[in-house]
Amino acid sequence: MFEAIAFYLFAFLTIVMFYITVTTSQALYALTALAAGMIFISAFFFILGADFLGAVQIVVYSGAVMALYAFGMMFFDTTRDLKEKQGNKYVVVGLSTIAAVLVVLIFMAPIISENITALYPIGDGGNTQEIGMVLFTKYLVPFEVAAVMLLVAMISGIVLAGKKMDESLTLQSEEEINEKASK
Amino acid sequence: MMEIGLNHYLVLSTILFCIGLVGVMRRKNLLMLFFATEILLNSVNIAFAAISHFHGDLTGQMFAFFVIAIAASEVAVGLGLLIVWHKRHNNIDLDTMSTMKG
Amino acid sequence: MEMFLYIALFAPLVGSLFAGLFGASKKKLFVGIISSFFIFVSFVASSILLSYVLKTGSSIQVEMMTWMATGDLYIPFGFVVDQISVTMMMVVTLVSTIVHVYAIGYMDHDKGFNRFFSYLSAFVFSMMILVMSDNFAGLFIGWEGVGLCSWLLIGFWYHKESATWAANEAFIMNRIADLGMLIGIFLVYWNTGTLQYTEAFAAMPGLDTETLTWIGIFLFIGAMGKSAQFPLHTWLADAMEGPTPVSALIHAATMVTAGVYLVVRSNELYALIPHIGLFIASLGAFVAIFAATMALVNRDIKRVIAYSTLSQLGYMFAAAGLGAYWVALFHLMAHAFFKALLFLGAGNVMHAMHDELDPFKMGGLGKSMKTTMILMTLASVALAGIFPLAGFFSKDLILEVAFIDQHFIIYGVLLLTAGLTAFYSFRIIALIFHGEDRHTALGHHPHEAYKFMLWAMAPLLVLAIISGFLFKGGFFEMVTQLLPATEYHIDNAATYWTITIGTQIFVLLAIYFAYKKYMCKSIKIPDGTSAMENSFKYKLLINQYYIPHFYEEYLVKPYRALSTIFWEKVDNKIVDASVDGIAKIIYSSGEKTRGMQSGNLSTMLKWMVAGLVILLSLAVVFGLAARHSVEITTILSGLGV
Repeated sequence: MFEAIAFYLFAFLTIVMFYITVTTSQALYALTALAAGMIFISAFFFILGADFLGAVQIVVYSGAVMALYAFGMMFFDTTRDLKEKQGNKYVVVGLSTIAAVLVVLIFMAPIISENITALYPIGDGGNTQEIGMVLFTKYLVPFEVAAVMLLVAMISGIVLAGKKMDESLTLQSEEEINEKASK
Repeated sequence: MMEIGLNHYLVLSTILFCIGLVGVMRRKNLLMLFFATEILLNSVNIAFAAISHFHGDLTGQMFAFFVIAIAASEVAVGLGLLIVWHKRHNNIDLDTMSTMKG
Repeated sequence: MEMFLYIALFAPLVGSLFAGLFGASKKKLFVGIISSFFIFVSFVASSILLSYVLKTGSSIQVEMMTWMATGDLYIPFGFVVDQISVTMMMVVTLVSTIVHVYAIGYMDHDKGFNRFFSYLSAFVFSMMILVMSDNFAGLFIGWEGVGLCSWLLIGFWYHKESATWAANEAFIMNRIADLGMLIGIFLVYWNTGTLQYTEAFAAMPGLDTETLTWIGIFLFIGAMGKSAQFPLHTWLADAMEGPTPVSALIHAATMVTAGVYLVVRSNELYALIPHIGLFIASLGAFVAIFAATMALVNRDIKRVIAYSTLSQLGYMFAAAGLGAYWVALFHLMAHAFFKALLFLGAGNVMHAMHDELDPFKMGGLGKSMKTTMILMTLASVALAGIFPLAGFFSKDLILEVAFIDQHFIIYGVLLLTAGLTAFYSFRIIALIFHGEDRHTALGHHPHEAYKFMLWAMAPLLVLAIISGFLFKGGFFEMVTQLLPATEYHIDNAATYWTITIGTQIFVLLAIYFAYKKYMCKSIKIPDGTSAMENSFKYKLLINQYYIPHFYEEYLVKPYRALSTIFWEKVDNKIVDASVDGIAKIIYSSGEKTRGMQSGNLSTMLKWMVAGLVILLSLAVVFGLAARHSVEITTILSGLGV
């Protein structure tokens, strides 16, 4: 009963938040709505008993990713309205609906229709402990690869964004940029 | 209705995926595009976690975990590129990016 | 010995390619000399092979390389030198050598001198492939090769409208016949599984008569085209548009006899189907008299000789059809010698008269062209079949064959034709060399041809005289190792002498009549006013029985009309329109879809999603179809699919 109420509540909230994210013209609203949506999604994870995943969701998305976006937005002029030419709305919505339904249909149909035995059954211990057991035994190599990938991403982010932080190309005149480019 | 099953989660996941796709297709602001991508990834994460739960299998959670890792690195690299682009062109409007025109 | 085989085969090709190198440049004497030399080399090699075959009595078979090997089909480039092919090789190389040397003089003033020798040698090469191949596929290559060279050479003076027309006519006629030939070859392969002569003929007795009959008919259709038998005969007379050496070599001595060669080569097949043989013999006899009558009135010396060739080919087919294959081959050989001689003599006359062909405008040329006169007269005597020249032995033998086999109608027709042959041969001799001088008034001052041209013709003269009585025995012994050795003797001595002497007297009377009629002083250049020229018979004959007219009126014109209709209606409105339509669809779709490639990232993303949707739908559809394949099959089979 409570589970159902919680599900519907959070489902409603998540959808609203994400809807605001994709429709609002204010970047700041969008960012805020997205962050809220992420937190609401973590609620589903807790409902589903995936405590560790819920925690990671909050930490990574609502914490790290959102902070990154927030800092990134400082570089942009977010107050300025972007003129967005809209195409045919029905095409966009129709296409995306069909695509989503199809994806779900394809990937979920076999899981629903067939009884598949669990590869790594959830044991009696706490969720975090179980995750740890599987992650560091069966998924050790992917885990390490993911770690390396994160490192690479971090370095590339720093290099891309941090290069010549002291000079802004937007504040320079066209001649100065050309002069620099010709060197 | 009151019994929440796998299908409920899948429907929710579908709805969120839809919203994400609409965002990808409609928004002309590159930053918004990134947001829409996050929505797509999260909708899939919900599906993974739900399946994991209802089948008593941890693999789904593992996948969701790695999806989160990938999303994080994507944001890091993507934002870096975005900043470089903005420095160069002073805007992040998709319609101005037509250098790939054949 | 294999080396000589290859030399005999490829020397003409070398000569042709060498001459071809200078095809576009100015006349160079050495080109003619060198290609003649290569043909002579081929002749020498052929002679060596002949002596080998004569001495050992065995044949040489080589397989140069594999041409096609797919599945059960195996066709090699194989060549065989046996008694039949060596005979043909000797005839071909000998006449070719002489014609090459002769052509050096004849084509002296021609711009296309080098080109001419290239074509001529290429022809010899093709002819050698034709006669030496040991399978039907190789024969067909040579068959088409000689057809091509014949086309090139008839149309050699391509700036003349009539020459190109004649060349095309010859080529198209031959194509019609070659279709029959191809069907015949396919049937052979279909029913025997091989194209090698030996294996195919060995398998043929096992087939039923109907199949063999069809094979025989279709192969003979091919032979009819190449040997210009009725009703595909019209091209041969028109082919006289080519240079005279070409007429001598291709349209008298060698290529046109390829049909006879084919029938002789396939003797084992035709021996199994005697009814087709009888048909061939009847057609041969018909063509013999048919062509001879057309030759009676024609006013073009080369055409007269061409009709005579046609008539003699009829004789050969008559002999081959009656099963006397060695007689046919013997007549083929003898005929090649004296007919080439006759043509080359006519070439001399033409040269002297500046390409004037009407014998009525000549007369009295014997004074200025004594040697040519002697050559042509002797050739005509040989053609008429007077003892002891070549024609007597070969042609009278055919008459005897018909007589002994008791085909008296064929015999009668052939006998009559012999008289006609003598008459028209000496008609032109009389008109050209004897009687009143009619050419000086027309401004011609004839002169004898070059000495070396005359000397080149000498071997032909010798052979035309002696080949009959000298070679008959040896030839019989040699070729009958492969061909049915039927000796034709009339048992009753009285009958034999009666018909032989009777024939001779008949022929001599015809000659006397020709001289009497055309040597008198009152011969005028016909102008279409005399009673004879207006008679129905004359008109029928001079118009070649209206057969070309008939073809033109009832085949060519309807075909042209049909082609026009197809061009306007089908080609323009359906074929072209559909092709244009496809192009337009593609063009407009490109025009429409170029929006996709605007370079706009947002548009691209939309298209990406659209593509994703399409692919996913396909995945769903096929996934469902795979899952429910059993049910779908049941439903479809219920619907009767």
